[in-house]
Amino acid sequence: MRRAAPQKLTDYLPIAFPTLMLGIFFVIPFGLMVMVSFFKRVQGGFYEPSFTLANYARFLSPFFGEMLVFSLCLAALVSICCLCLGVPFTYRLTRQSRRAQVIWLIGLLGVLSLSEVIIGFAWSTLLSRTAGLSNLFVWLGLMDKPVAWTPSFAAVLTGLVYQAFPYTVLVLYPAFSRLDPSLMEAARTLGASPVRGFLNVVLPAMRKTLLATFIIVFIFALGAYLLPQLLGRPQHWTLSVLVTDQAIYQSNMPFAAAMAVFLVFASLVLVAISGQINRRGGGS
Amino acid sequence: MAGLALTDVCKRFGSVSAVDGVSLTVPEGTFVCLLGPSGCGKTTLMRMIAGLEDPTSGEIVLNGERLNDVPAHKRDLGMVFQSLALFPHLSVGENIAYPLAIRGRSKAEIGARVSELLDMVQLPGVTDRSITQLSGGQRQRVAIARALAVSPRLFLLDEPLSALDAKLREAMQVELRQLQQRLGITTIVVTHDQREAMSMSDEIVVMSAGRIQQMAPPIDMYRKPANPFVADFLGQANLLTFRGVQGGADCSAGLISGLDLPLGETRQVSVRPEDVVVGPRDAGSIRATVSFVREMGASVEFHLTAGSERIIASTSPKAHPDCRIGDEVSVTIPAEACVVFDKQEA
Repeated sequence: MRRAAPQKLTDYLPIAFPTLMLGIFFVIPFGLMVMVSFFKRVQGGFYEPSFTLANYARFLSPFFGEMLVFSLCLAALVSICCLCLGVPFTYRLTRQSRRAQVIWLIGLLGVLSLSEVIIGFAWSTLLSRTAGLSNLFVWLGLMDKPVAWTPSFAAVLTGLVYQAFPYTVLVLYPAFSRLDPSLMEAARTLGASPVRGFLNVVLPAMRKTLLATFIIVFIFALGAYLLPQLLGRPQHWTLSVLVTDQAIYQSNMPFAAAMAVFLVFASLVLVAISGQINRRGGGS
Repeated sequence: MAGLALTDVCKRFGSVSAVDGVSLTVPEGTFVCLLGPSGCGKTTLMRMIAGLEDPTSGEIVLNGERLNDVPAHKRDLGMVFQSLALFPHLSVGENIAYPLAIRGRSKAEIGARVSELLDMVQLPGVTDRSITQLSGGQRQRVAIARALAVSPRLFLLDEPLSALDAKLREAMQVELRQLQQRLGITTIVVTHDQREAMSMSDEIVVMSAGRIQQMAPPIDMYRKPANPFVADFLGQANLLTFRGVQGGADCSAGLISGLDLPLGETRQVSVRPEDVVVGPRDAGSIRATVSFVREMGASVEFHLTAGSERIIASTSPKAHPDCRIGDEVSVTIPAEACVVFDKQEA
């Protein structure tokens, strides 16, 4: 195996195909999108080439500001919920027998095979007044009469957490299964109760994985555009919903493109910030 | 009673018996090695003492207190793990301070104790270092200091030196033994290294297949192994099958005169290599051919073939400088050097 840096043009051959694919399917479309975001919309038509910052200027309105803050907060909340559920779950899972682990993981992968539409409609049925879970609680005597839990913020959150949970576990799983079990045992022999040992030793030892998972789920939730529409009211809509709305229903491609560029930019900034935190935290 | 007492402790994993009826007494202040091949149950036994596994049956009693239902974090034991299990996100000082902080000691007290412990393991001035900046031997010392931080009632070490290179391991064996004697702490070490067990412990417990084979001080065990397994596991042993004849015992190798075996009955006999006397061709009772010569520096091993038996003799390199493969020699095995095993264990 040669370790030297590529010298001739032919040395780049092995990466030519991936580069080509990345170029065709990512760089060019993204470039087009950036381009369109500076174009001018033509009323009743499509758009015409020009250079205007008007599409970006619209972000400065309070409406979009609020929507952006809401989108970021929702994504952060989904990440936090997924970590709070996923970390103890994955930790317990990696302590099970191989067989049990495989069964659980297959189940989780099954959830991944469901489309966002199916998840959305399934939850809107489950949380509805007419056919939902509240009927079951009434039957069990826990509630007086069935209620509608959707559309609501809680329903949006539930749907998103449900959808992101398998990703959370799949990102956490490799790191947790590599975690030396004697770390926890050492904490216990040193006098820490199981809960305390988990908080003092397991979580700090896994902090990089936790941060990485947070970012992945955050970006995943930031991109969700169907579930907020299916399970929430208009005030629960995220920036992604708005992008869809502008692009498809309002035919305002330049503005939709500007919002999409902004969303990508916000995600990148977030990744960069957490990378910095990580580097500083890792050095100490 | 002060010290640790195990009574008929068993541990089953499904249908597998990892520890099978172990009863053991470790008097206070003694250094005991649990020795055996991998899978013999020694680590499981230690984990039960530490509270990391629950025994299927049997009692674990420390200083008169029954430990069975006491959770691991309330047992006040110090344990050093095979992987050391130092917390990677904490500095050296914070690792050692961890058990003290849990017990709510004051900052000043913790600081003083940490530097005292680091002095004790001869590693002063590394309080603020990261674990990753330490060498293997230094990590070992930090793990020992952390386990001893709260002056535990029992000091447990699971294969503590297995990750170190041979030279450092021997130095640490001496150091660990000196430390234990200075503190007078009851210590149990799990090891598969018989030299380690021999050189460190007051008592060795040899285990095999979940059972104790023998418990004795090292030199007694070496001189008087209870069965062929112990003889073979602790140091080298020639295991020969002899039959009692008039005035001695014989086997395919030859005759040992004066060895008292019941007439006509066969027994397994263990002879240490250093007790086998090699002489010129006609000097002894057993004729043998040298099949291999293993130079060890301080000693030399002759692998001998006598009849259908193979005998290993260990001598000073100066004793037979001219002995080569294929040479005919005589072998004398003194009757008093033989350990005769009971028939059922043969």
